[in-house]
Amino acid sequence: MNFVALRMLTGDRAKYLGLIFAIAFCTFLLENQTSIFASILKRTGSQILDVTDANVWVMDGKTEYFEQTKALKDTDLTRVRGVNGVEWAVKLFKGYPVARTRAGKFASCILLGLDDATLTGAPRKMLLGSWQRLNEPDSIVIDKAGYILLFPGEPLELDRELEMNDHKVKIVGISDASAPFLSNPVIHTRYSEAVNFIGRERTQLSYVLVRPQPGVNAEDVCRRIEAQTGLRARTTDQFRWDCILYYLKNTGIPVNFGITITIALIVGTVVAGQTFYLFTLENLKQFGTLKAIGVTNWRLTGMVLLQAFTVGVMGFGIGTGMAAAFFEMTLQKIATRGIILMWQSVALTGGCILFVVIIASLLSIRRVIVLEAATVFRG
Amino acid sequence: MQENQSIAISCRGVQKHFGDRTRVQALRGVDFEARLGELTFIVGPSGCGKTTLLSVITGLLDPSDGEVELFGSSADRLPANQRILFRRENVGFVFQQFNLLPALTAAENAAVPLIAAGMKRTEAVERAKALLDQLGLNGRRDALPATLSGGEQQRVAIARALVHEPRLVVCDEPTAALDHATGEAVMKLVAANAVHPDRAAVVVTHDSRVFHFADIIAHMDDGRIVKTERNSKREIQS
Repeated sequence: MNFVALRMLTGDRAKYLGLIFAIAFCTFLLENQTSIFASILKRTGSQILDVTDANVWVMDGKTEYFEQTKALKDTDLTRVRGVNGVEWAVKLFKGYPVARTRAGKFASCILLGLDDATLTGAPRKMLLGSWQRLNEPDSIVIDKAGYILLFPGEPLELDRELEMNDHKVKIVGISDASAPFLSNPVIHTRYSEAVNFIGRERTQLSYVLVRPQPGVNAEDVCRRIEAQTGLRARTTDQFRWDCILYYLKNTGIPVNFGITITIALIVGTVVAGQTFYLFTLENLKQFGTLKAIGVTNWRLTGMVLLQAFTVGVMGFGIGTGMAAAFFEMTLQKIATRGIILMWQSVALTGGCILFVVIIASLLSIRRVIVLEAATVFRG
Repeated sequence: MQENQSIAISCRGVQKHFGDRTRVQALRGVDFEARLGELTFIVGPSGCGKTTLLSVITGLLDPSDGEVELFGSSADRLPANQRILFRRENVGFVFQQFNLLPALTAAENAAVPLIAAGMKRTEAVERAKALLDQLGLNGRRDALPATLSGGEQQRVAIARALVHEPRLVVCDEPTAALDHATGEAVMKLVAANAVHPDRAAVVVTHDSRVFHFADIIAHMDDGRIVKTERNSKREIQS
């Protein structure tokens, strides 16, 4: 009877397409919003994830997320290096100077000062130039999005100048740093240059980046650093999650996205579920005829489930395709770079659609099962 | 003994009421028999309980009281699922509004009882096509119901009722939605194809223009069989 079920489903094209697209748009909206939400939150830890050489971050004991820093003392670096299990530890500076072009365009930047000797913490991918040129005086590497923000409509070009806190600096490289939470340009330079660009303060050290010795667990090293120095130490993953949780707790982002996602879920459930339920109601006469002819309730239940899962799978597939196409189109845009369709969103949405399909099926199956076959004799 | 063997349907004191507070008594002690090889008409005015009696006979409704036997079995005493299987095997239906599945072709519609019984689709459709040819629909086998005339649709419905060779064919007002000429043609088909020595056919109708096809006419009124007569004007069609 499967072919009868499918023919009943596809026989009325308008209803069939209506059902599929109700589920497809629900899928698209859910995957779209959850992926954007997750990608934006992921951005809060972009600069943490870009550091691949070290996997432990040491910071002031009260630091809650990456943007919030309180300078450490220079001696803290030496203390961290003395902790058992630490292979090496280097300085990292973070500041927010304003960079200005000759044309007068300016932007507040994320300035990261890397260890002078090793340049530990630089993103791996360079689009133009090389990290080695950071050894030149007053040199910086800027990310592509930052370059485009400061030099809109101009080609990527090295050796251009910016003014930063009365210092003339030269762009010696263009990196592909991960997009930050806000659209600030991300600038890398040597630690000694960075503190110059910002202006002298008594203490400048934002973070200490640590590499544990081979075979030593990063979390163990964190515990030892905290015990011996009184500073806060987090693995890269822990620190990234600290940032995400901070933004979740202290900003309106989850509420705004949560409302949209909830509305998408409710509207999707109601529209898709109700459309399928109405489809079954309109076909009750056909189900009644089949029942009178001698099709069992089990078989009818199977037919309804097949119809529901067919539209569910097709709608989910089309919706996921639409979401994938959307993110493929926006991936190349500067503002939306790094925002991708996450497999977790696809899985979560798949679960939601399955829930919608099950609810709609159960309601429909109930109507079919309680249907009195004798109703077929009524005109 | 032979007398008993030829009885297809036996109803004794069958009552059926609907609702509890506003109780509607649809059948008030019906005694009725239909025999194999005969075309039995149940006739009477609208609302006299003809269709309810048909529903009770075919096991679509349980009687509130009384005995119903179909080929010696009390269908109402069977578990629900077995009753469905019994109906699938033994009963063919022709409905007033045809009740064809709009998305299936004529042949596929006619094949539904065979497919429901587990026969392979292609085999079932081939058998249905052969039957449709016999009923004069050889050029319309692949047409959808919406493209068929009322008479053609009823012929497909007759094919669906006969395709699995049931022992009982029931027709509920088979001519009600048709003009006189088409109704006459449909009844000729029913009389010629539904009546076999080992099969009974029951037609519920209030269309007096087709009474001449009946072997037996049971008159119903107010939930009872008030008169049963053998039709001397029986018109046998081949």
